[in-house]
Amino acid sequence: MSKIIAQAAIRGAYSLVSRAEDELKIAIKKFGREKVVEFPNTGYYLPIIYGMTGIAVKKLGDMDEAISIAKGLLPPHPSESVWLPYLGGTLDAGMATLFVEEIIEALKYLEEPMPYLIAPSPDEEHLWIGAADDKILRERGIEFVDGTAPGFAACVGSLPDADTAVKIALELQEKSLYVFMCAKHNGKRMAEQLREKDVQMGWETRLVPFGPDITAAVFALGFAARAAMSFGGVKPGDYRRILMYNRHRVFAFVLAFGEVTDEWYATAAGAINYGFPVIADTDIPAILPRGICLYEHVVPSIPHSEIVSKALQVRGLKVVHTKIDIPVSYAPAFEGERIRKEDVFLEVCGFRTGKPSFEYVVMRPSESVEDGRIEVIGPDLDEIQSGESLAFGLVIEIAGARFQKDFEPILERQIHKLINEAQGVWHAGQRDGNWIRISKSAYEKDFRLKHFGNIIHAKYHEAYSSIVDKVQIRIYTEEKMVKGLLAEAKASFVARDERTAGMTDEGVDIFYSCALCQSFAPTHVCIVTPERPGLCGAYSWLDCKASYEIDPYGANKPVKKGEVIDEKKGQWKGINETVYAISKNKIERMNAYTMLEDVMTSCGCFECISALLPPVNGIMVVDRDSTMMTPCGMKFSTLAGSVGGGLQTPGFIGHSKFYIGSKKFISADGGILRLAWMPKSLKEQMKLKIDERAKEMGVEGFSDMIADETVAATQEEVLTFLEKVGHPVLKMEPMV
Amino acid sequence: MFEEITICPATQAMLQKASNENIKTCFDRVKEQKGCPFGETAGCCRVCGTGPCRISPKKADKETGLCGVSADIIAARNFVRMIAVGTAAHSDHARSVAEVLLLVAKGKIPGYTIKDTKKLLMIAEIFDVQTEGRGIEDIAIELAEKCLNEFSKNEELTFLKRAPASRQALWKEKNIAPKGIDSEVVESMGMTLMGSSFDFKEIMNAGTRAALADGWGGSMIATELQDILFGTPIPLRSKVNLGVLKGDEVNIIVHGHEPLLSEIIVMVSKQQDMLDYAKKHGANGINIAGICCTASEVLMRHGIPLAGNFIQQELAIITGAVEAMVVDVQCVFQSLPQIAQCYHTKVITTNKRTKIPGATHIEFDEKMAVKSATEIIRLAIENYPKRDNLKVDIPDEAVELVAGFSHETVNHMLGGAFRTTYRPLNDAIIDGRIRGVVGIVGCNNPRVRHDDIHITLAKELIAKNVLVVSTGCAAMAFGKAGLLLPEAAKYAGPGLAEICETVGIPPVLHCGSCVDNSRLLIALSEIANIGGLGDDIGGLPACGCAPEWMSEKAIAIGQYFVASGAPVLFGVGFPITGSGMKELLFKEYWDEYTALWAVEPDPIKQAEMLIKWIDNARERLGIVERPARILYDMVMRRELKF
Repeated sequence: MSKIIAQAAIRGAYSLVSRAEDELKIAIKKFGREKVVEFPNTGYYLPIIYGMTGIAVKKLGDMDEAISIAKGLLPPHPSESVWLPYLGGTLDAGMATLFVEEIIEALKYLEEPMPYLIAPSPDEEHLWIGAADDKILRERGIEFVDGTAPGFAACVGSLPDADTAVKIALELQEKSLYVFMCAKHNGKRMAEQLREKDVQMGWETRLVPFGPDITAAVFALGFAARAAMSFGGVKPGDYRRILMYNRHRVFAFVLAFGEVTDEWYATAAGAINYGFPVIADTDIPAILPRGICLYEHVVPSIPHSEIVSKALQVRGLKVVHTKIDIPVSYAPAFEGERIRKEDVFLEVCGFRTGKPSFEYVVMRPSESVEDGRIEVIGPDLDEIQSGESLAFGLVIEIAGARFQKDFEPILERQIHKLINEAQGVWHAGQRDGNWIRISKSAYEKDFRLKHFGNIIHAKYHEAYSSIVDKVQIRIYTEEKMVKGLLAEAKASFVARDERTAGMTDEGVDIFYSCALCQSFAPTHVCIVTPERPGLCGAYSWLDCKASYEIDPYGANKPVKKGEVIDEKKGQWKGINETVYAISKNKIERMNAYTMLEDVMTSCGCFECISALLPPVNGIMVVDRDSTMMTPCGMKFSTLAGSVGGGLQTPGFIGHSKFYIGSKKFISADGGILRLAWMPKSLKEQMKLKIDERAKEMGVEGFSDMIADETVAATQEEVLTFLEKVGHPVLKMEPMV
Repeated sequence: MFEEITICPATQAMLQKASNENIKTCFDRVKEQKGCPFGETAGCCRVCGTGPCRISPKKADKETGLCGVSADIIAARNFVRMIAVGTAAHSDHARSVAEVLLLVAKGKIPGYTIKDTKKLLMIAEIFDVQTEGRGIEDIAIELAEKCLNEFSKNEELTFLKRAPASRQALWKEKNIAPKGIDSEVVESMGMTLMGSSFDFKEIMNAGTRAALADGWGGSMIATELQDILFGTPIPLRSKVNLGVLKGDEVNIIVHGHEPLLSEIIVMVSKQQDMLDYAKKHGANGINIAGICCTASEVLMRHGIPLAGNFIQQELAIITGAVEAMVVDVQCVFQSLPQIAQCYHTKVITTNKRTKIPGATHIEFDEKMAVKSATEIIRLAIENYPKRDNLKVDIPDEAVELVAGFSHETVNHMLGGAFRTTYRPLNDAIIDGRIRGVVGIVGCNNPRVRHDDIHITLAKELIAKNVLVVSTGCAAMAFGKAGLLLPEAAKYAGPGLAEICETVGIPPVLHCGSCVDNSRLLIALSEIANIGGLGDDIGGLPACGCAPEWMSEKAIAIGQYFVASGAPVLFGVGFPITGSGMKELLFKEYWDEYTALWAVEPDPIKQAEMLIKWIDNARERLGIVERPARILYDMVMRRELKF
């Protein structure tokens, strides 16, 4: 009986609209119409309203317009007999609901004390973390781009008991889905139930406690709208494409746990606009025909034991899940899991425990590798006391007809992620700077050292089958043996570094194209060179090379540079032709080494943005971890909105952090010496490289000459600072 | 005793009253006027002074006309002349609307406004009218001028580009893409002259161009410009049948096809001075009700009740409760003033195209529309005291209904304002919840049991999960039978009922007047364009049917649907069956248009034939079984367009 749903949703929408109106009136009375209102650190204002209508709500006074649009969307209540069509009206009521819920939630940010903790994860006192800022959006959004996160489950209400809540959360985590939680049923919320059971929540573990009320569902749907705008390059106000992007890219759904109130129905109607169906554990009416969603719209009465798999089926989501033979759960959601000191069973870390440790991938001839052989040489967990440490040498030997020495570091870098994704295991660092913790609970579930081998063996075969034929793993815990092997590994690390450091753009004939983000930014194409990695920072030239070997039909393709058109600016005929073709005939030319003309496009995943500061005759760089206002008058999030989406914007480029320290960093424009302002934290991270590059160009102690937010907030202040320290850019020829 | 000739209880009651009062109606005349047996099947040629010649259907392959003309050519000429007349009528209607839009935009006529600016901009874009930075009036002037130019221009009609690309290509390839509407009518008429073309396929091609110039030309211009002027219909409630007439109010019936006058009559009838004037004459109000397509026009936009369909026009007067029957153009019986003589009813003609001896003529002048409407309403009010209550018998039947299913309504009702789409409809068809779509349109014809064929056919179809869309007098029949109520989903098969319940719609959708068949062309194009059911109208599980047709306009409509790719089934009879045209229309057209004509008078057999067409289309599309659920991984998601 869809009419019952329509009636309830429309009732709920009316009641939320009038609540928002009342709350806005009170807020305006208290703070005035000019009071600034915003979700923390975002360039997308109230993102659903912004995305759907293009209206940027910046002040309390701006909310009136959004409310009047919401009111205009409210349909008449469906009558008992001779009713008029109600599906369209219900969807409109749903959207109106989202608009006013966003207003209700935004007003909460004006309250004292503010009910949300502005952090990526809850702390002891604060469970609810509210809207994700743009930093989280960009970090997490990339997972929606590459498919590591297929979507999210918006979990509303609570389960009959905390154990069921934990079970369902775990199951969703295992499917790589984000779990967004809000709203109360039966006096409880799901996030509260997880907290009872001491489950670690926050963006790192993909279990996000948004807010206590149903209105907090807009944080999930706002995140979805922002994903379309930031990664899909959809313009604010282009509501149809934002919604269709979500229907076809973000495979999210709503799990309704408990009594579905009018306001839940209204919010769910909003979610259905995105193509996100509702799966409920209660006996509510069903809407089974498809159309707005890919399959069913509302599916009721699903038992908790089946609800996750049913939800995937209803949403039409296939989660490819390699079963790994280990006794703990395994999924990307556990990558961000922490293990507190008191919960540690084993800690491995050369520089903390004094016992040497390392991890190392090495290519071997086929005959010396036995595929699937996993050995632990030395004591395993059963032979030590809880809290003890061990020496640790993880040696992975690989044979493959198409394997190359250059692929060793690429596969080695995967160890961190692969091991980390096991529940109860934590990993940081690499090579001989690795640091591993295994929790007591993992030990109790019979996790042992050999299981590292099981993970690596399975995942290497899954992801790299075209280059990896055999994988053999040895884990050494005898201190003496570890020391001996470490020396061998270190020699190899040094040799590798020398080889990579020596790689130059001139030294190769082939660059690689990367079109991984094209599904989101259709005209964007990255050209990855040895000295300019992909702008996301995740794909170096070698990574692309390996990726091409692994999947010749994938996103990375070799591109012959061809005839040089402009050596200084970095323009080649072959590269131009490829960029033109891959950008679907949108981008005709591309320069690799200048930010002033025919610059490389940006998708939206960039680690940093460089922007011209004309009065300074130099540039600024800001990274996505920095949230402060920059001298160009825009925060990173706002800048990102104008640079991304596959457009060429002269004067602005998106790039990786690595590129800042590259000899090719805007080399046609004067290189690193143009750098006039950058966030302090980024400067500290990049100090060594920056100073090294500048020294080569004849300037000592250059990083101290670069202004940061502690000394300059405007272009004028940057200029004053540069004059004070005698920054070289002052004497350079005009940039433009 | 009247159950055999009509299933409509109000009609039965009024026929009884007519019989008691010794008044003759079309239901009596049908017994006397048997129809020409030669013309019925093709063989009557009266295009020159040597005839009329007649050819017996049994000897069609042997006999010729005096000039030697074959039965095939006679049939083709007659058929194409019918098309030309239908196109002319719809297009004349369209021209009037375009002229009014032009005058409204120029600010030259009070009373009218431009109500739907969104649609104005949308249509302007189709006509390549620059919209940015221009005022609404400016845009409307250019659009109206361009629409008027459609009648005479020597290029393809603009609206053709709204058809699926494959259909446009087919029209080009077959050289049947119409140019100026007037010239297509002229050319097709010219080819039917005595001693002109003797290639009946060529004659038919000219007719096809004229028909397409109706559907994608005149009718579409009329519909779209009326929406711009008077508002695009949205879902609303109303009532149908003679019971909508009021015992204590001034009853004015608007009858005919063009809403230009009736729109203003509706507006003026709500004015306080008019209500006061009615009160002064002893009436409690002014009740406007409609007959024929004028009725559907004001129903769709204002919820004005429907008094009845085409062959109830005489009966409305026989209720004795009608103060004025105001007619504009088309489908009007000459007998009206004669019947009105028995009562106080004034028959008022308003258009120079449709004058009737014995009627009061008040020429409707668009430039003084309010004045004309006021004069008419005052006349009706002044007539109220003359009503003889002894002669009044208003039937009880007034059935509730839901109407207003324009293309825009369908888009909104399926997806809301943000996801406006036909997707759920296509998915329902692909999944087999909806087996197919049949447009049941057209007239009433006293030669068959009134409304019966419509209702029997529609009930049969919806029970088998076929969604029915309807226009014109057919839609009114459905209203009277309660099929336009959302509650009628109970008559639908389980799949269709589930869709009705999901969306909140009746299983039969009232889409407007007969020019609004152009809305169905747009709907079919949208179904083809949205994907999953091929890329053309031809081959969709969708077809048309006019089971009680009578007007030449129906022939034009049928031909433009066939040429657009939708098979069409006619009831009653068909004026080419005694010639070789049968082969062409009933068979060969399939290869040309992926659509054809068929004739079948029996509603159960009609339903079988229509369902067979639908099932064949489903089979060709490979959607006999509900498709397996596809689960999408990342690679597959990337393939999905957004």
